[in-house]
Amino acid sequence: MKELDIDVNALITRICEQLQSQDILAKSPKMIGIRTGGEWVAQALHQQLQLTDPLGVIDISFYRDDFSKIGLNPAVKPSDIPWEIDDQHIILVDDVLFTGRTIRAALNEIFDFGRPASVTLVTLLDRRGCRELPIQADAVGMQLECSQTLKVSGPDPLTVSILDQTEESA
Amino acid sequence: MSARLTAPNLQLNELGKIRHFLTLEGLKQHHLLEILDTAESFINPNTDEIKKVPVLRGKTIMNLFFEPSTRTRTTFEIAEKRLSADVASLDIATSATKKGESLLDTLWNLQAMQADMFVIRHAESGAAHFFAQHVAPHVHVLNAGDGQHAHPTQAMLDMFTIRRHKGDIYDLKVAIVGDVLHSRVVRSQIQALSILEAREIRVIGPKTLMPTHPEAMGVHHYDNIEEGLQDVDVIIMVRLQNERMKSALIPSEKEFFKLYGLTKERLALAKPDAIVMHPGPINRGVEIDSEVADGPQSVILQQVTYGIAVRMAVMSIIMSNAAQLAQHKAEQASLELEMASADDTDGKENA
Repeated sequence: MKELDIDVNALITRICEQLQSQDILAKSPKMIGIRTGGEWVAQALHQQLQLTDPLGVIDISFYRDDFSKIGLNPAVKPSDIPWEIDDQHIILVDDVLFTGRTIRAALNEIFDFGRPASVTLVTLLDRRGCRELPIQADAVGMQLECSQTLKVSGPDPLTVSILDQTEESA
Repeated sequence: MSARLTAPNLQLNELGKIRHFLTLEGLKQHHLLEILDTAESFINPNTDEIKKVPVLRGKTIMNLFFEPSTRTRTTFEIAEKRLSADVASLDIATSATKKGESLLDTLWNLQAMQADMFVIRHAESGAAHFFAQHVAPHVHVLNAGDGQHAHPTQAMLDMFTIRRHKGDIYDLKVAIVGDVLHSRVVRSQIQALSILEAREIRVIGPKTLMPTHPEAMGVHHYDNIEEGLQDVDVIIMVRLQNERMKSALIPSEKEFFKLYGLTKERLALAKPDAIVMHPGPINRGVEIDSEVADGPQSVILQQVTYGIAVRMAVMSIIMSNAAQLAQHKAEQASLELEMASADDTDGKENA
C-alpha cells in the first residue's frame, strides 16, 4: 500500500485564502471544531486567521445516527462552546468530509445550543462522490476520490497520509 | 479452564458488559470507570450544565416506584428526558397492585406497552433481581433501591462527586457515619469504594447500627466519631433509617446527635479540605448540624445535580451495550452463514 504524505500547512493556507475571498471573515465569525480531527484543523485555522473569540469544540458522539447499531463511543467528552451560539456566524471545521453524516450530527448539536446567524462549513479533505446527504463544504483544503482512504494524526504535528487502495488492488 | 462454579452474573451480557444495573457487587473497576467517565461527558465543563442529547430517542423507560422517593425518582426522570427517551412514571402504590395484580402480571403488562427499560424502587431486597430474571431479553432493569440491599446509582453518583472534588479515589480516606446496618446506600458505597480501591474505608456509629462483622466488608469500625474522623478526606453522613428499625437501637435522636452528629468542631478533625456528603434526605440536628450541611465543605447539593449525569451515563451505557451485543450477534450469524456456504462449495467440488 502506498502512503502519500500531504503538506497540511499548504492546505490550511489554501482554506484561509478561500475564506478570505468570501465575506464571512468580515462578520466576526466564531469557530467550532468537531472532535477529534476537526478540532486539530480548527486549532491551526483559528491561529492563522487570528480569531479573537476562543475556539469551540463539539463532540458529536451523542448525536450520531448509528447509536442503535454501534452504541456509544467510549471516548466521548463534553462539548465545549464557551459563548452563545444565537445570532453568531459560525465556521464549522472538520478534518474529512465523507458521507456528510457527521456534519448533520454537528448541525443538530449546534442548533440545540442556539440559532446561529449562519454556518460556513470547512473541511481539510473532501472525499468526493460518497456523500449520502446533501451537504457540501464552503472551503476545502484538498479534494480526493472516494476510493482513497486517509489517516489524519495530530494535533502536533498535524499530518495526513493517504492510503491509496487503488494501488493495492492493482 | 476449570468448570464454572458460579452462575453467570445476571447483570452482564455475553460480552461481559452491563445489561442490568442491580448492584455493584461483581462489577469490575472498568465498569465503574466507564460510568464515571461517561457521566463526565454530559456535563458542560464551564457551567456544570447538563444538556439534552438525542441518544435514547425512541426508547421507552418506565419508572416503577413501589416505595416513596423524591430525589431519586425526579433525577431519574430528568436524566431520562435529557437523554430524549419517552418516560412513564407509575405510582405503583395507587395502581393495579393494590387491586391484587401480582408483581409478574404488572411486569408483563408494562412490558407489553413496549418498555425498553424499567427503573425499580422497592421496599423488598431483591425486587430488582426478581424483575431482571423475568423480563424479556431486550428489556433492561435498573435498581433504584431495593430494601436494605443496594442502591447502585446513588453510590455511583457519590463516587462521581468524590472524584470531581477530590480526584482519584485510591488516594482517599473515606468515613461513613451513621446507620450502616439498615442502609442500602452504604452497602453500595462500600462496594464502590472497594472496587475503586479507596485507601481506607471507615464506618462510624454505635454497634447497634453496624453489621455484626464490619471488617468482613473491608472496612474499619469506629465507635467514637472523634477518632474516626481524624485525617479523612471525605465524610459521608447517612440518615437514621427509622422506618426500617424494628427495635429501639438508639436511645433518642437527641442522644444520637450528641454522640454522632456532624458539627463544625468534629468536622475540624478531618483534613482541612475534606468534603461532607449526604445522600439525603437530611435530618438537620439529628445526624448533621445545619451549619455543616450549608457550610463551604458541604457538597450535598452537587450530589443531587451529579445524580442526573450519572443516571444518564448508566442508562446510555446499558442501551449502548445492547446495541453492540446485537451488532456482535449479527456479525457472528453472517460469519457462520459464510462458513456454511463455504462448506457447501467444498462439498460440491468433492462430488
